[in-house]
Amino acid sequence: MTTRWIEITVGIFVALGLAGLFMLALQVSNLGEYRGGEGYEVHAHFNNIGGLKVRAPVTISGVRVGRVTDIRYDPQRYQARVTMNISAAHDYLPTDTQASIYTAGLLGEQYIALEPGGEEEVLADGDTILFTQSAVVLEELIGRMLVNMTSD
Amino acid sequence: MGAFQRLGQWSLGVLERLGRGHLFLFRTLLALGPLAMRPRLLIRELYSVGVLSLLIIVVSGLFVGMVLGYQGYITLVDFGAAEILGAVVALSLVRELGPVVTALLFAGRAGSALTAEIGLMKATEQLSSMEMMAVDPYKRVIAPRFLAAVISLPLLAAIFSAVGVMGGYFIGVGLLGVDSGSYWSQMQASVDLFEDVMNGVIKSMVFGLVAAWIAVYEGYDCAPTSEGVSRATTRTVVHTALAVLALDFILTGLMFGDL
Amino acid sequence: MHFARGDRKIFDGLDITIPRGQVTAIMGPSGTGKTTLLRLIGGQLKPDRGQVLVEGQDVHRLSLRELYRLRRRMGMLFQSGALLTDLNVFDNVAFPIRENTRLPEPVVRNLVLMKLEAVGLRGAWALQPSELSGGMARRVALARAIALDPLLMMYDEPFTGLDPITMAVIVSLIRRLNDALGMTSIVVSHDVAEANSIADWVYLISDGRVVDQGSPSQLQREASDWSRQFLEGLPDGPVPFHYPAPDYLDDLMTGGRS
Repeated sequence: MTTRWIEITVGIFVALGLAGLFMLALQVSNLGEYRGGEGYEVHAHFNNIGGLKVRAPVTISGVRVGRVTDIRYDPQRYQARVTMNISAAHDYLPTDTQASIYTAGLLGEQYIALEPGGEEEVLADGDTILFTQSAVVLEELIGRMLVNMTSD
Repeated sequence: MGAFQRLGQWSLGVLERLGRGHLFLFRTLLALGPLAMRPRLLIRELYSVGVLSLLIIVVSGLFVGMVLGYQGYITLVDFGAAEILGAVVALSLVRELGPVVTALLFAGRAGSALTAEIGLMKATEQLSSMEMMAVDPYKRVIAPRFLAAVISLPLLAAIFSAVGVMGGYFIGVGLLGVDSGSYWSQMQASVDLFEDVMNGVIKSMVFGLVAAWIAVYEGYDCAPTSEGVSRATTRTVVHTALAVLALDFILTGLMFGDL
Repeated sequence: MHFARGDRKIFDGLDITIPRGQVTAIMGPSGTGKTTLLRLIGGQLKPDRGQVLVEGQDVHRLSLRELYRLRRRMGMLFQSGALLTDLNVFDNVAFPIRENTRLPEPVVRNLVLMKLEAVGLRGAWALQPSELSGGMARRVALARAIALDPLLMMYDEPFTGLDPITMAVIVSLIRRLNDALGMTSIVVSHDVAEANSIADWVYLISDGRVVDQGSPSQLQREASDWSRQFLEGLPDGPVPFHYPAPDYLDDLMTGGRS
């Protein structure tokens, strides 16, 4: 076992380890989201956010354009205030864009879907989306159904 | 009365071992400084600790990944959610299985070898003769092995997870027909660089520190007989396994608990 | 050098002076702590009471750094040889030189070959420790112990387990090295004849204290009963053959019932 051989194999070992780390970072994780600048932040108020979580995706027509960065309760408006980060490439959203909370599949996680409106002006960093649609809460839905059935 | 006395003796014994272990760790850390001048010592140990563990890690990682692919698919396909297989495989590996299984395998493969080597050096008076030759065994023997183990474990864990993700891919995409694109995209959508990958790396660093500490300490502290060495080797594997699993529970609570 | 240590268990008020430049033999039955004594001198163990002075320095009051500096001038030959098993003969002898000095490699090479020549093993430099016989291993260990030209050499049971020829080689080596290099030597042994043949001064210790001392010829003439039994190797005497036991006849008659 020569010193040279030992040094070469140790070099390979360290390179493999770093390659593994890089693969986890680049291929496996969402590093892509952190790349390409921070994008811009917009806020939206919802009556009920259901099970929406921080890091949930923000999509337009199903295409992912950003993610939820912050959720807090706004005591002045008695509503939930959701902050989302939208990547800088999507800087063409009109001010009358509507934000809705949907569920991916029956059991899937909740996400925000944006539907662009028709205004000329576009959303900028720190703006607030005015038109929102809250999450559909299953219990409410069932409750309403029950009321309809009994009133029949 | 006797039972209390035994309990007392046992507790005092545990405390004393803990104390000696911490003193030992302290002296080892102090001896790390001069090691910077002698990278060759470290490279030799990286070879015997890291390179020689590579095969078992790659093979185990591959199989664990493939099993995850199978089991994940069988469970998910009932919910019609087979396309999130990539996320399931990657999250299990990156968060838990990578660091934990690697640490357990490491204890069996490299930790026990470290303990036996140092224990035998002690039993054959090699450590003692080094001291008499004015060579500090902490600097020459303990510190390089300790550091090599601390460095190796996170690298091995990363390799394990990466190979495991590919193993899951072979089974899920290659064999069971999950869409290749959604395997990767679902994975990237749900694995967060900081929340998941970084926390996994931090876990494996902590495990590396603990596994290295236990292995070299048991070797250095063992009774200098063949029986003492064999018992120390067993203790290394058992204690490392217990410590890693307990720490994993605590770390998981700290890292993912409030999500 | 002056040595004193108080410890009820192994050494009970032991007081030994090792004269510079001479070979001092410390003899005693197995289990009297002769090896412990050497470890005390080398600073690997701490006395409960008392002190060990080497060249006027109290070994156990030195800082770690000073202790290591002092140890560079001490050599110790271990009973087992204690060669580093992952290095060959050459690297073993070079080990203390490389670790403690910054000499260029050609100089190290010459030094190592000189030391190996002194023990007659220059031709064996490329062997691994596992390929050496017990006697050769001890000679390599000796070469390694003198690699830094120590002022004080300690030999722990250097004659045990050797064939007569190798033993004779070691005996003459210890004497020759002592005289040629101007060292002070301490030989711990229970091989009476060999130790007597090279020692200038002999200490007999038992039960943690010095029983007798003197030059070998002096001891031959005027030794106590105990020393005579030890030196001449008589099976019975002041040191009883029997480990303390209940009366032999009683023990047999009771049939193990008591």
